[in-house]
This record gives sequence, C-alpha cells and structure tokens, in this order.
Amino acid sequence: MRAGLYHDSVSLMRISQALSSRPGVTVAVVAMATELNLGLAREAGFEIAEAGPTDLLVAIRAESEAAMKDAGEELDRQFAALARGGQSGGPRAESAPRTTRSAARAWDATLALVSVPGRHAFAEAMDAIDAGLSVMIFSDNMPVELEVLLKDRAKERGVLVMGPDCGTAVVGGAGLGFANVLRPGPVGVVAASGTGAQQVTCLLDHAGAGVSHVLGVGGRDLSAAVGGRSTLVALSALDADPATELIVLISKPPAPEVADIVRQAVERLGTPVVTALLGAGQDDLTTAAEKALRDLGVTVPEWPSWTVPQQAGSADLCGLYSGGTLCAEARIIAGTGSFIDFGDDQYTVGRAHPMIDPTMRLEALGRASGVVLLDVVLGNAAEPDPADRLAPAIREARERGAAVVVALVGTESDPQGLRRQADALVAAGASVFTSNAAAARHATSLIGSAQ
Amino acid sequence: MTLSMLDGEPRVISAGAAVLAEALDQQAVPRLGVDWRPPLPGTSEALLKVLADPRRERANELAVGRLLSARPQLVGVRPAGEVLDLPPRTFFHAGPPIDWERASGPMRGALIGAAIFEGLAADAEEAERLLVSGSVMLDSCHHHRTVGPMAGVVSPSMWMFEVLDVEHGGTAYCSLNEGLGKVLRYGAYGPEVVERLRWMGDVLGPVLAGALALSGPIDLRSLIAQALQMGDELHNRNRAATSLLVREIAPAIVEASPEHAAAVLRFINGNDHFFLNAGMAAGKVSADAARDVPGSSLVVAMARNGTDFGIQVSGLGNRWFTGPAGVPDGLYLGAYGPDDANPDIGDSTITETSGLGGFAMAAAPAIVRFVGGDVSDAIAATRSMYEITLAEHPAYQIPGLGFRGTPTGIDVALIARTGQLPIVNTGIAGRVAGTGQVGAGLVSPPAEAFTAALAALAEK
Repeated sequence: MRAGLYHDSVSLMRISQALSSRPGVTVAVVAMATELNLGLAREAGFEIAEAGPTDLLVAIRAESEAAMKDAGEELDRQFAALARGGQSGGPRAESAPRTTRSAARAWDATLALVSVPGRHAFAEAMDAIDAGLSVMIFSDNMPVELEVLLKDRAKERGVLVMGPDCGTAVVGGAGLGFANVLRPGPVGVVAASGTGAQQVTCLLDHAGAGVSHVLGVGGRDLSAAVGGRSTLVALSALDADPATELIVLISKPPAPEVADIVRQAVERLGTPVVTALLGAGQDDLTTAAEKALRDLGVTVPEWPSWTVPQQAGSADLCGLYSGGTLCAEARIIAGTGSFIDFGDDQYTVGRAHPMIDPTMRLEALGRASGVVLLDVVLGNAAEPDPADRLAPAIREARERGAAVVVALVGTESDPQGLRRQADALVAAGASVFTSNAAAARHATSLIGSAQ
Repeated sequence: MTLSMLDGEPRVISAGAAVLAEALDQQAVPRLGVDWRPPLPGTSEALLKVLADPRRERANELAVGRLLSARPQLVGVRPAGEVLDLPPRTFFHAGPPIDWERASGPMRGALIGAAIFEGLAADAEEAERLLVSGSVMLDSCHHHRTVGPMAGVVSPSMWMFEVLDVEHGGTAYCSLNEGLGKVLRYGAYGPEVVERLRWMGDVLGPVLAGALALSGPIDLRSLIAQALQMGDELHNRNRAATSLLVREIAPAIVEASPEHAAAVLRFINGNDHFFLNAGMAAGKVSADAARDVPGSSLVVAMARNGTDFGIQVSGLGNRWFTGPAGVPDGLYLGAYGPDDANPDIGDSTITETSGLGGFAMAAAPAIVRFVGGDVSDAIAATRSMYEITLAEHPAYQIPGLGFRGTPTGIDVALIARTGQLPIVNTGIAGRVAGTGQVGAGLVSPPAEAFTAALAALAEK
C-alpha cells in the first residue's frame, strides 16, 4: 500500500497490464484502494491491509523471487515515467496547480478538459465555468441535476459545457478526448453522440470536406430534463462563427418538447443545418453525411471498403462494439443478431473504455462464431495500433469458420493511419468498411451465406 | 452568442486521465495539467452540495472582499475592563471555549497567573482552588472582538491594543506583548511575571495611550505591508514591524511621558515580537469584517486553546469546528525537546487567517529553518497556500514572488478538495504550567475541523 500517491485509473490499468505481461508474473493489480478495487484484489486471493481511496494498492503475484523483483523494478520505471510525463506540456509552473480553479488563475487558458472520476468532475467543471472557460466533461456518471446546474451557470457566463460523458470534440483544430485528425473546413458539428460525430466527420473527411469545430454536448443534453441547454448554445455559437458554413446536428431523437425548441432555434439560424437523428426509421449516419455533402455541393464518393470472400460457419450475427451509437445503428440495420456495446457502463466499471483497453472485446471475439461485426475507431487517445491487437483473434475466428466484418472509423491523418489499419485487418481476413451502415449491411448479407 | 474558445489558438487546462493529456501533447496543443487527487475521505457529498450552492461564489467574493479591504489602524491602548464586556471574576482565553478540566498546562498556568494578578488569589494553590471551583467565568477571546497570543488570557486589569477598521467600522483588541521567556502567555506565573504585568498596567499601557493620543492613529495595513517587504511574515518574525512601530511612536512616547520614555522604549526594543499583538488585532478586525455572509465557506477564525484547534466559518456564524491540537514540529530552546512541548496554543493563527504568518513564509527567508530547510521550502509553503485561498492580498506583497499578493482567505471547500491544510507558524509552549516558551516551529491543523465545517455548510 502506498499512502497518498495518486494516479488516474487509466494510467494505473496500463501499468497493471504492463506488469501482468511480464514473464513469470501471474497477477498484477495496481489501482487506487477504492472499495471496488480492494474487492477485486481480495477476489484474486490477496490479503489486503486497511486502506482508503487515497491510498494506492500494488498487488503482484509471481512465480519466482526473480520475477517479483523484475516486476517491482518495472513498477518503479512506470511510476517514474508517469511522474515525468503526467504534468508536462504547456508552461511548467514550479508546482502543478491542484485544482482547475488554481490552473485558470495561473494561466491564460481558452478551455478546460475534465476527465476525473465522475463524482468529482462537478467541482473541476464549476471551477472552469467560474473562471469564464468553456469545459469539456469527458467523465460520466454525473447526476442530471448537477448537469443542469452547470449548464445554467455556463449560460450566465457565456461559455459552453460539452458533456458530461462527452467523448469527442474538436475545437480550433485541437482534438479533445477520442478525436480524429480532421482536415479544416466549413462544417460545424453539434453532437450528442461521440462515435456518431466521429463517423460523420470521418466520412466528410474522405469526401474532402473538413470541419470548423465539433462541439459535443453530452448524451443527455436533448432529454426533457436538460432541455437542450448546450445544444442551443453550440448552435448559436457555430452560427456566429465565420468559419462555419454548414451545421450538422447529430443526436438521438430528442424528447418531443425539446425537439420543438431545437427546431425553432434551428429556424432562426442564418447558417443552414443538416439534422441527423439516430434511431429506427431515421437516416443512418452515412446518409446524413451524404446529405451534408450535397448541401455543400461536394460530390458524394463511393465510401472506401476492402472486402475478402467469406462464408459464415453459422447464421448467428454477433456485433461486438466499442462505440454506443455505432452499435445501435448496426443493430437497427441488421434487425437481427446479438449486439454488445463494450463502452457501456456495465463493462467499464473498474476498466478503461474499450477504445483504450480492448481486453474484454478480444475475449468475446475469441468465442464468437457465425458472422462477427466489429467497430474499430481510430484517432487521438485511442489505442496506438488496434489492428495489431485484433489481427491474431481475427485469424483464429476465421480459422474457426467465422466471417469477420469491421467498420473502421478514422482518417488517413489519424496517428494509426486508416489505410495501414485497413490493410492489417484485411490481411488478417476481415472485410473492412469505412461506413458502419455499409458494414452492417454486408454482415447481414453474409448470414445468408451460412452453410 | 459567441464563444471565445472558437477564436484563436486553443489553450487547454487538463484535469484527469493522462491518456487524454498525452493526446493533446502529441498534437502540440498548449496545455496546463492539474495535479488532481481525490478529495479528503468522506467529503465528496458535502463538497457537491457546497459547490452547487448558488450563493457560494458571490458570498465568498463578498466575504473575502471585506477581509482584503479592511484598513486596520491602531487607535488606542486601554484597560480591558473598560472596553470589553469583561466583568470582575471573568477571564477570556485563546482558542475555542474550554473549561479548567480540559485545559492544558500552559493554559492553566496563565489562568493562575491572571488570578494572582487580579488579586483574586494570594498564591498558585489558592488560584487553582478558585479556578477548579468554577467561580471564575471563562470565555473565548474570539467571542468578544479580542485575540490573545498563546494562552491568550485576558483579565480586566490588562491593557489592550485597540484597532479600528476604518473601512468597515469594526474594532478589535489584543493584549500587550510581555516579551519572551517566562511570561504569562506561555503559562508562567512566578513573581517576575506578575510584577511585569503590573508594570505594564501602571506604566506601559498609560504611556502608550498618551503617546497614541498625541501621534494619532497608526496605519497598520501600511506598516504590515512594509514589514513584509523587510523580511517579516508577521507571526514568528516581527522584527521589522516592531522597528517600524517604534519609529512611528517614539517621539510621541518621549513627549507624552519624559520620565518613563526610556524604560518604555527599552522594553519595546528588547522584544522583537512587540508588534505581534497589534498585528493580531489587525488580523482579527479584518477577519471579523468577513463574518456572517450566508453561503460563504471562508474561514474567519483559526484558534487553539492548547487542547483543541478550532475554526469558524463566515457562513456558519459563531459555531466552532474543532479537532485535537497537534504538537508543533520545530526548533527548541536550550535543552528543551519535543517531550517538553504542549499541543498547539493561541489565537495568533489569526495571522494565517488573514494571509500572513505561514502563508507569507516566502517573505521571511531569515527564519526559513522553521519550515525545515532552505528558502525554496519557504517559497513552496507560500505557493501551496494559493491552492486553498480565495484571493491574493492587494497590499500585502512578497518581493521574492514578484510582488505577488499573499495567499489570503482560506476556503474550507478548497481544503477538502486538495487535502492541503493551512501552514501555521507558531511558538511552542512548555507543557508543564509555569515553564514558558520552549521553542518555535510549524504545526499542521487537524483536517476534521475543516471537514466538519464543510459538512455543516452542506446542511445549511
């Protein structure tokens, strides 16, 4: 137990992963000593001393003294790397600020990105708003009444709250959260869905149309409780933004009373708006992107895909997704099969998002048969080489007689490189589509091919 | 509406997951990282309620604004019995309320000394019987616009500095400083202690009163600002402030009382801490101006009685929130050591409450050994206090930090969020009654005083 040492859960899970993968190490748990993590360690057979959530727990089981020593040294290296890297970037003060409030007082920022655990995100977000800064809240699990309170305070201050549970945003060319590297251009996006926005903007990018800004608003913004508070601010701000010529609004179907408010707001804007509502009976994301391109006068291209001849061993369709909106879209298009969204809260308790940590999805892929449909989302903050992790599992699945279809959401400029990822996935035996809708249709067609 | 973040180059504050911060660094986006850590255990729910209180921001702005704008002036020196609600057989003491039973050695010693000084008892045994019997009423100085260093015992015949806040109209009082060594405030009550107190009442008090009548009010805000730039932090070092005070008042002392002037000036000059008590009254009158703002989480008093460390908060009236007083960590006089030390005692933490003392350590390189090392530790101490304070003092500045204002206005919510406790400089009293001062150093307040206040704010 290391008292008073704190690192965020994603960093610690990466360390746990690094230690577990060392030869001779059977189990490694490096985590803050929350009730949940203590329970996990106890379940793994460790005897745990008294500890609180501000202590850091290290539990390692190894086959030999030497392996244990090696793991200990690796742990020290990892902690040292965190200490070096965690606070770097930007101007380095003599001591790092301890709150967003203090950071805003010390430095002339334009916005804040908050990703502390959900119950603590309110304080940091409120600091940003009080300091007159817009804020993106990546954290989830914030009670809705606090979201409303933040958004009301933000309106008084003339700033925007993106989130909570906002996965992606692009502001002035900077990608925040899971963000693709997009060419600059005339399209402003307001999105209540992170992967929905990523799909649309990546397709626009393929077609040569870039974005001015992508403003996430959080998945609940258009609910009756929140009333579209951030959507209205974001629409109005993009309308006033000289770089934005067309606005794309992406959302699940809003609550009826909110839909009226948003419609009226859209009608008042001087900038044309393409609305993409997700759900049964609505346009899919690809159709929405095509609509936007036509409004811009840009030719709709053929969306890139790379198919390999496949036959499914059985007629089961199984969707294994990391993006919630992509999963929902595929489920609607397929109309059959079983779909799992590994980014859903029930799979992320005590784990990082599957775009960062693919372990659970890989395990599911190892069991799947029939037609398997996957999404792979590229961009900043996502896994550095997802195809490399997936390829062996895809090969195995193909050898078992499964057919594998991948919806690959990304751009050529993403750190992972769209083409490089597509090539690796195709080489492993998967058919790859840049349109999730097209991937879902292709997977559905393969059900019929089952022997 | 327009959003300023959409224009120009993005500059991002990041709090939370390192993977998202690294993604910004890879894009070469200018970024300042927050060294975020979970709040003090058990405070999450109360923090949410307090931070969501719509009154909070405005209330804290108002409260800390009053603390910063106070203009304390030394206007008089008068007997306590005359100016305070202090009837015979009543003593005030430092810190939150306490009775004889729970009082520590130095507090008991000072109460005994005061009983002898007031003629209520002929000797220590008789004084102790009197105090045990409860026939002397005890109350906190803080309840009566008063502060006292160490034991802080005030009895009717003692003479007090009278400090007026000409901005907000408040008045506060503090006793006159007796010097170092065997003195009442450290719990000593021998004949030399009582004799000195008599001289202070017969000569020092009246002479200073006469001198102030001639000189007119002395601007303590300006004097403190100058002393900070001369190497004082105004709690454990008052050498510059005392010298400045003497410069201001010496001619008037000579004019007011030629026959006593030499003795009075010799007494003041022999005590580097003479100014401390005037500075404490200045802190008290400033902090009192910030009291009673509904919804404010600003600390308006931190005080110790030798047993408990207590705080009061602007939005919570006169309620005390306490925890056990800690034993200071510091340097000891002569052969004394940590075993001789009494737990933390005194109202002098009003200096930290008003942005001085430990909060201004960076201004006082001459006494950095109290913070356990070198000048960089003193600078780090002051810097860390900006994390838990609402403002920077416009007049009290630190040359070594580019004349940045001292961190002023402790916020219980920021303490809970950062886990950073106020840094308090203090003298150390001997634990046995009658010993006197044994050292000086640093002390850490109990976190529960602040978390209990936060919980109370959440309920209001």
